[in-house]
Amino acid sequence: MKRSITLTVNGVARTAEVEPRALLAYVLRDQLDLTGTHIGCDTSQCGACTVHLDGRAVKSCTVLAVQAEGRAITTIEGLSRNGTLHPLQQAFWEKHGLQCGFCTPGMIMTAADLLARNSKPTEGEIRHALEGNLCRCTGYQNIVAAVQAAASAR
Amino acid sequence: MATLFGSGIKRREDPRLVTGKATYTDDVKLPGLLYAAILRSTYAHAKLKNVNVAKAKKAPGVVAVYTGADLKDKLNTVPCAWNVPNCDLKVPPHPLLATDKVRYAGDGIAMVVAESRAAARDALDLIDVDYDALDAVVDPEKAAQKGAPELHKEVPSNIAFTWKVAGGDAAKAFAEAPVTVEQRIVQNRLLPTALEPRAACASYNTGTGQLTCWVTSQNPHIHRFLLSVMTKLPEHKIRVIAPEVGGGFGSKIPGYADEALVCFASMELGRPVKWTEDRSENYKVTIHGRDHVQYVALCGTKDGKITGLRTRVYAGLGGYASTAAPGIPTILHGLMYSGPYTIPNIDGTVYGVYTTTTPVDAYRGAGRPEATFLLERMIDLFARKIGMDPVEVRRKNLIPKDKFPYTVATGITYDSGNYQGALDKALQMVDYKKFRSDQTKGRKEGRYLGIGVTTYCEICGLGPSQVAGAVGFGGGLYDSAIVRVYPTGVVRAYIGGKPHGQGEETTFAQILADEFGIPVENVEVVAGDTEATPQGWGTYGSRTTAVCGSAVKLAAQRVKEKTKKIAAHLLEASEADLEWKDGKFVVTGSPDKGKTFAELALMANVAWNLPPGTEPGLEATAFFDPSNFVYPFGTHICTVDVDVETGTVKILRYVAVDDCGPQINPVIVDGQVHGGVIQGLGEALQEMVVYDEDGQLLTGTMMDYAVPKASQMPRVETAHTVTPSPVNPLGVKGVGETGTIASVPTLVNAVCDALAPLGVVHIDKPLTPARVWAAIQQAKGGGGKP
Repeated sequence: MKRSITLTVNGVARTAEVEPRALLAYVLRDQLDLTGTHIGCDTSQCGACTVHLDGRAVKSCTVLAVQAEGRAITTIEGLSRNGTLHPLQQAFWEKHGLQCGFCTPGMIMTAADLLARNSKPTEGEIRHALEGNLCRCTGYQNIVAAVQAAASAR
Repeated sequence: MATLFGSGIKRREDPRLVTGKATYTDDVKLPGLLYAAILRSTYAHAKLKNVNVAKAKKAPGVVAVYTGADLKDKLNTVPCAWNVPNCDLKVPPHPLLATDKVRYAGDGIAMVVAESRAAARDALDLIDVDYDALDAVVDPEKAAQKGAPELHKEVPSNIAFTWKVAGGDAAKAFAEAPVTVEQRIVQNRLLPTALEPRAACASYNTGTGQLTCWVTSQNPHIHRFLLSVMTKLPEHKIRVIAPEVGGGFGSKIPGYADEALVCFASMELGRPVKWTEDRSENYKVTIHGRDHVQYVALCGTKDGKITGLRTRVYAGLGGYASTAAPGIPTILHGLMYSGPYTIPNIDGTVYGVYTTTTPVDAYRGAGRPEATFLLERMIDLFARKIGMDPVEVRRKNLIPKDKFPYTVATGITYDSGNYQGALDKALQMVDYKKFRSDQTKGRKEGRYLGIGVTTYCEICGLGPSQVAGAVGFGGGLYDSAIVRVYPTGVVRAYIGGKPHGQGEETTFAQILADEFGIPVENVEVVAGDTEATPQGWGTYGSRTTAVCGSAVKLAAQRVKEKTKKIAAHLLEASEADLEWKDGKFVVTGSPDKGKTFAELALMANVAWNLPPGTEPGLEATAFFDPSNFVYPFGTHICTVDVDVETGTVKILRYVAVDDCGPQINPVIVDGQVHGGVIQGLGEALQEMVVYDEDGQLLTGTMMDYAVPKASQMPRVETAHTVTPSPVNPLGVKGVGETGTIASVPTLVNAVCDALAPLGVVHIDKPLTPARVWAAIQQAKGGGGKP
C-alpha cells in the first residue's frame, strides 16, 4: 500500500507516492529525479547517499522516505545557489578532491555538516568526520585538503 | 603563450561532478523502463536440478522471467578474450545463466524483469531452486591437487593453463649460488570496490533493430564487441555508451553475463531494461583481484649480486575464465619477474586454476603488483641472509641508466629509465642514514621502527598491437582520436579511451590547446559513446595518456599541418617561410603578417578561398600504435613504528618518487599516486576476501571488507624524476598503477624490518594487528596462530 508524503527538497515542496519500505535514497533518485545522491553500498558504510535532513547529515539509504514526511532535505543539487558553487564544491574542484566523482556528493554533504558544527577542524577531526564516507580514488589526501581550504575560505 | 603541458590546471570534469549533474549508468531513465534482478546461486558448487519460476512469473509487476533453458540457442556464452598461447589454455563454456551446474556462490540462475526495482527483487524470492550440493574448493593451490573437486569436466585437476617463462639458466644458477632464499607468499584476494556498482541499461528498437546499451565500462568498444558475441547481434547494430563511470580499477573491463542479459531482455520485450547491482551482489559477482599462492626462490652471491629467480605460482581464476583473466598472471605478471634488476636467470611456472569462487581478473596493477611484491620481498630476505643493507642490494642489481633500451631475461625490452636517480631522491627525502640510526637507538629503548624501500618498474601503456596478437589478446592495443574543428575555431576531440576518474578530459584538452594556441575552454574532449568515438581499446593498464594521448597529439598535428597550408595560401607565402608564433602562423621576418588558428579554422570550414586541390573542412583522425610498452619506475619508502604488544602498525612517513616521464598535469599525477598508494596500503594492511570452506563469501559487504577509511590512512609525500619514453610522441609513461604496485611490498618490508630483531622473517598480508601479533609470538616461540 503506497502512502503519499510531502517533503521539502532543496527548498521546494515535493509530493511522492511511496511504499512504506522505500528508502529515501531511492525516492530521491527514482521518483524525484535527484540523481546526484548516489548509492554505493547496502549496509550504510559508503556514505555516497549522504544528504541533509533538517540540516544534519544523514545517509539517505538508512532513512525511510516516510520518515522524511514534513521535513526539509538538502541534496547536492541544492547546495549551490544562484549558479555559485558552495565553498566546499569550489574547494573540491580547486584541490583536486575528486577523481571519478561518485563519492563526491556524499563527501561534500558530510563535510558541510562538519563545517557547520566545527568551523576550523584539524586534519584529524576532518579524517574522523569522514570515516563514514568511502573514496576509492583519491586516497583522501586531497579531500582533506579541500575541506581545510573550504574552512579557511569561510 | 604559456604552455599548458605541465600545468596543474583545475579539472574540466569537476563542475558537473561536484554539483550532482553528472549522469552515471543508473541515472539513465527511459520511457517504459523495466528493471531486472538476477537470482544468484547460494551454493558455491552444485548441480542444478530444477529451477521453478512459475510463482515468480505471476507476481505483481513481473513482466518476464528467464532461466538458462530459455536462453538456449538464442545467446552465446560469455567469451574469454585473452587466450594466452603455448600454455594449454582450457576455457570451458560460461553460460549467461547456469543450466546444469553452478560454480560459485553468485553464479546467475534466473533473471526477473519487472515494472519496478522492488517488484523485480521481490519476485526473486518466489523462485524455487533445487540444488544437489557438491564439494567446494576455494584455495587455488588445493584446487590444483589430485582429488580436489573438479569444476569443469573438460579441465582435469582444475588447471586452466600451465604457463612458463624462462631466460638464462636458472637450474645452473641455483646449483652454483652460494646463497638461496625461499618463501611461500600468499597474494590475498581483493575486492576492487569501485564506489559505483556495475549497471547496464539496454534499449532495443524493434523497428530499426538497433540496440543501445548504457553500461559501466572502462572500454565501450570492447563492450560493443563482447555484447555482440553474447547477444549474436552484429556489431554495427550495437551502440554502447559508457556515461560517467564511477571508478573501475579493472573491474569494469570485462564483459559480464548480466550486461548481455539486460540486452537480451530488451530485445525480447521491446522495452528498455535496466539492471544495477547492489554492493553485496557486486562483491559476489564482479571480478576479484590477485589470489595467488606463490613459491619463490632467489639466489645470489654473498656480496649481493642476484643470480637467479624461480617461481611456482598458483593463480586462482574463480569459477570461469573472465575476459582478460588468463593474461593477468602470465603476460602481465611473469614477464615482469626481473623488475628493475639485471637478474640473468629466471624460471617461472604459473598454474591458472579454477576454484569455486567469483572470477578473478584485472585489478589495479593486474599481475604486476604480484610480481613486484614477490621480488621485493625476496630481495629483503636475501639482504637479511647475507647481512647487507637492502638498499645496497638493490643498488647493486639495478639496471644502469646508460643500458637502455634494456632486454631482461624474460625477453621484454624496457624503454628508458634512471632507477638510481629515483632511488637517490627518495633516500634523501627520508634521510635514510638518519632513520637507520634512529632505528638502532629505538631498538635499545624497546621501540620497533622499520623501513621498507621498493625500487620498481612496471609494464604499462599497453601496447603494440602486434605484441597483443602474439600473446593472444583478443584485440588491438592501439588507440585513437578524432579532432574536429568548428567554423568558430573551437574544438571537439573524440577519443577511443574511456577515462573514469583519470582526468583526460582535462589533460587531452591541455595537449590540444597547446597545439592550436587557443584557450583550454575552447576544447571539449568526448569519450564513452561508440557512436561518436573511433575504435579504441579502453582505459586500463596505464595506457590512456601514453597511447590515446599520443593519438590526440598526432591528430592535432595533422589538423595543424592543414592550417599551415591554408595560412601559406592566404598569406601568399611558401610554407617554408611560415613559423608558428604566439598562436599564429606568421611569415618569418614580417611578424605583423599572420593568421590565427581561429581565422584558419573559419576559412577551412567555409572553404571560400583554399589552396587548389584542398578539401574543405578541418578535422583529422589518428590511430596510434606504439612501438613498445612504456616502463614507468620509481622508489617508494615507508617508515613504520610497530607496537609489538598489540601488533598495530603505525605509518610514520610514506614517500613516493615516481617517474612517469613528462607530466601533462602534475596535480592529476599526484592524485593518481595518492589513490594508488592508499589502495595498496589497504591491500598490505587490511583488505582480504575470506571464503569459508563451503565457498561462502564471508566478506560480502562493506561491513566485513575493510576498504580504507580517511582516518586509517597516512598522507603520501610525492616527488618525481622525469625520464621521457622514446616510444610515443609525448614521451609519457603512465602513472595509474604505480601506487598499488610499489606500496604493498614497501609496507610489508617495513614491518618485517621493524620486527627483524624479534626473529620475524615473513608475514603474509594483510598485516592486521592479529597477524602481526601472532607472527611475533611465533617468532618468540610462543606459538601464536597467524
